[in-house]
Amino acid sequence: MASVKKLRTRGHKVVLNRSAGGDAGITFMLTLLGIIMFVPMYYVVIQSLKPLDELFMFPPRFYVINPTFDNFADLFTLMGDSWVPFSRYIFNTVFITICGTVGNLVLASMAAYSLSKLRFPGRNAIFQMIVMSLMFHSTVNQVTHFIILSSFGWIDTYMSIIVPSMATTMGLYLMKQFMESSVPDTVLESARLDGASEFRTFLIIAMPMVKPAWLTLMIECFKSLWNSGSSIYIHSEELKTFNYAINQIVSAGIARSGASAAAIVVMMMVPIIIFVINQSKIIETMGSSGMKD
Amino acid sequence: MSEETKTVDTARPVARDEMSKWQWTWKEMKKNKTAYFMLAPFLLLFIIFTVLPVLLSIILSLTDFNMLEFPNWKGIDNYIDLFLNDDIFMLAVQNTLIFACITGPVSYILSLLVAWFVNELPPKIRAVVTLIFYAPSISGQVYLIWKTLFSSDAYGWANATLMDLGLINAPILWFEDAAYVMPLCIVVALWTSLGTAFLSFIAGFQTVDRSMYEAAAVDGIKNRWQELWFITLPTMRPQMMFGAVLAITNSFGFGAVVDALCGFPSVDYAAHTIMHHLNDYGGQRFEVGYASAIAVVLFIVMFASNILVKKALAKVGE
Repeated sequence: MASVKKLRTRGHKVVLNRSAGGDAGITFMLTLLGIIMFVPMYYVVIQSLKPLDELFMFPPRFYVINPTFDNFADLFTLMGDSWVPFSRYIFNTVFITICGTVGNLVLASMAAYSLSKLRFPGRNAIFQMIVMSLMFHSTVNQVTHFIILSSFGWIDTYMSIIVPSMATTMGLYLMKQFMESSVPDTVLESARLDGASEFRTFLIIAMPMVKPAWLTLMIECFKSLWNSGSSIYIHSEELKTFNYAINQIVSAGIARSGASAAAIVVMMMVPIIIFVINQSKIIETMGSSGMKD
Repeated sequence: MSEETKTVDTARPVARDEMSKWQWTWKEMKKNKTAYFMLAPFLLLFIIFTVLPVLLSIILSLTDFNMLEFPNWKGIDNYIDLFLNDDIFMLAVQNTLIFACITGPVSYILSLLVAWFVNELPPKIRAVVTLIFYAPSISGQVYLIWKTLFSSDAYGWANATLMDLGLINAPILWFEDAAYVMPLCIVVALWTSLGTAFLSFIAGFQTVDRSMYEAAAVDGIKNRWQELWFITLPTMRPQMMFGAVLAITNSFGFGAVVDALCGFPSVDYAAHTIMHHLNDYGGQRFEVGYASAIAVVLFIVMFASNILVKKALAKVGE
């Protein structure tokens, strides 16, 4: 009976339930979708390398004849003219991102350890609350958030962005799930038997075992902070982020299209490079990201 | 510490019976002091910046607070105004639902299908393809390039192509024309939507045990679609749940994309969502009471859709 079914092989592996037509169809779909995803990314890079005359060519081309870095240089001179130095925007973005991400890593991994490896009254209720917070977008809270920040006197300070970002729940959630599945209780138990305090066990035993989750948490936090634009909590020009500055250039319209493409490229390179380096670690963490019903 | 846990563990049933529930809880809490210490900093910030704002929204939505005067109690007046006297809000509700009902499911299914396709590729190619699909979601404001592709003059790719083909004579004002604003925003939103959930699905597909497929083939699974429905998806139900939560959350949070592409407010309120309405009243007019009512409505919508989707997902593989 089994011989009725013809076995297909790929390399030396037998592939079950895979028809050639299906393979072709899927490859076609994936290629098509891939092109749609890729073209705008590619186009922004091409735009940033075009000299002025090519930017205004009709019809617009998807390749560049005389690539130049003028647009990147322009970006710096352009921003040199603005009343806040260009470097200040970059500093703000980098500063906010580093402080927020490190803070989130420290606070969230302690909390994740406590929620995943220690049993105490209230543990489930607290975790349920955190899962619930994943269900709504944080901008819903913007208005009341503003009131709370202003009661601390934090409006128009770095604190208004950094401190709330330390309590981002996505990283905590991923870290907690990963700890649960990849740190065996027996290892922790034997550390405790050797006389290590709970905090030491966390720091010396558990944390090194969840390195992939650190990276994932840092990237999750990083990407939201790095990409944060104009915020309603900040109105001083000298505290605004690089993204806000990009928006200003882009809104200047067609005359600035080279410079704005260059700005976007500068901005997107950082998260993409970080992701490329850590891709396998992140996927590993995501393996335990599942939510029980 | 450790020995204490050990002994208490074995002795717990007896000890627990002898104490009242509160005494036992108190004892457990004292024993786990470290756990609370480690949780405290995060929890404190979480309560201040997430839980408190939600509670505050609910309370303020019943008042006429405006940031300056002491609030007066208004009962459910704000909600009555919202639903009966605010035409733009109803438009925002309609737009939000259209936006969410398209971007939510489509981005979810797209993430799932692409992850499934990607899973069959050899590892090196898989890494590259994953990057191509994931990159737009982490690259911040790269979606602004759509403004160039669909710019309102002839230098935009869309206008240039259509004019070249002779389909139109004058450039279309893509982001200033109420007819195009919404569909374009949806396309761009979808383009940036293959994010964390997508990675979670890729990881989920990789964790499915191969021997299950072999067993299934013997049991009479005939093609890859049956395999997906009966074997793969039920095993990765937790990932699907996680992905669904994220898809719903994101489908209500594309306000920034719309703002950047169409400006605020968008032409004829064509892409005006509840989130924009909230911003308008809360961030610009400082009618905090009214804005809070809008926020509460949005909370309810988000939670309701989460519950519905969870029920639907429980049926996968049946």
